Amino acid sequence: MVRSVDSTPALAPSPARSLHRFANPGRFLRISGWVLPWLAIPALVLTLGGLAWGLFVAPADYQQGDAVRIIYIHVPAAWLASGGYLALALCSAVALVWRHPLADLAAVEIGPVGAAFTALCLATGSLWGKPMWGAWWVWDARLTSVLVLFFLYFGHIALVRAFDDPTRGYRAGAILALVGVVNLPVIKFSVDWWNTLHQPATLTVTGSPSMHVDMLWPLLVCIAGFSLGFAAIVTARLRAAVMERRIRGLLLTQAQVPEW
Amino acid sequence: MTHLPFIAAAYGLAVLVGAGFAVDAWLRVGRARRKLDAIDPRRQRARSAREHDA
Repeated sequence: MVRSVDSTPALAPSPARSLHRFANPGRFLRISGWVLPWLAIPALVLTLGGLAWGLFVAPADYQQGDAVRIIYIHVPAAWLASGGYLALALCSAVALVWRHPLADLAAVEIGPVGAAFTALCLATGSLWGKPMWGAWWVWDARLTSVLVLFFLYFGHIALVRAFDDPTRGYRAGAILALVGVVNLPVIKFSVDWWNTLHQPATLTVTGSPSMHVDMLWPLLVCIAGFSLGFAAIVTARLRAAVMERRIRGLLLTQAQVPEW
Repeated sequence: MTHLPFIAAAYGLAVLVGAGFAVDAWLRVGRARRKLDAIDPRRQRARSAREHDA
C-alpha cells in the first residue's frame, strides 16, 4: 500500500530536528542579523553605564579603598570565563551528538573570546591582588584552576586548527572541550574545598549577597552588560564564519568547474 | 582615589578587550559580506532583481 504524503503522520519535534532548522546558513544569517542589534546596543549601554556607576558613583570599601572598583570588571570577566567555557562545551556536545554544522563553528568562535575574558579575569585579579595581598600571583586553588581554564581554551584554539581536515580538528577540539568541563566545578568549589587566599563566593543563588546593595547593583549591571556583549561578539563572529565558509565553498566550486 | 594606577589599568584592559573583539568582528563581517556579494551568484541575482524593481 502506498501511503499518500498527506496521510503521513506528523513527526514529533525532536531537539535534533528543531536545532537543525537553524543549520541553514541563510536562515541563520537572517535571524542573527535581526538579533545582533538587540544584543549589541543593550550590551554597550549596560556595560558603559555599569562601569561608570562602579567607577564614579558606587562607594569605596572601608578596607580595600577604591581598589574594590576592580571587581566591576573582574567578576563579570570571571563569570564569562566559566560561562563561555560551558557554552563551548555545550556546542561541542551538540556537534558531536547531532553533527550540527553551526555548533562546530560556534565552538571555534567562542574559544578566542572566552580565552580573552579568562585572561582579563586573571589580569584584573592580579591588579587587585598586588595592592591587597602584596603579590601579583599566588598558587591559590582558585587562581590555579582559572589558569588551567585559560590553558584549556588555548588547547581548544590550537587543536581545532591543527588538522588539515577541519572536521577532524572540530572533533578533537570538541572532545577536549568536554573533558575540560570537569574543571568548572573545581573552579566553583575551590574556595570551599581548599583553604584559599581568594575569598568565598560573594553572589550565590540561594543565599543573600555578602556585599552592600550600593555595590551590588552596579556589579549586576556590569555582569548583564558583559554577558550581552559576549553574546553579541560571538554572534557577529559566527555570522562572519558562516559567510567565510560559503565563500570557501563557492571558490572551491569555481576552481573545480573547467573553463572551455 | 586610592590605587588609581591599578584601577586605570584594569578598566583600560577591559575596554581594550571588549572594543578589540567588537571592532574585529565588525570588520570581519563587512569583509566577508563584500566578498560574498562579489562572488555569490544568488546574491548577485537578488541584487539585480532589486535594481530591476527599482
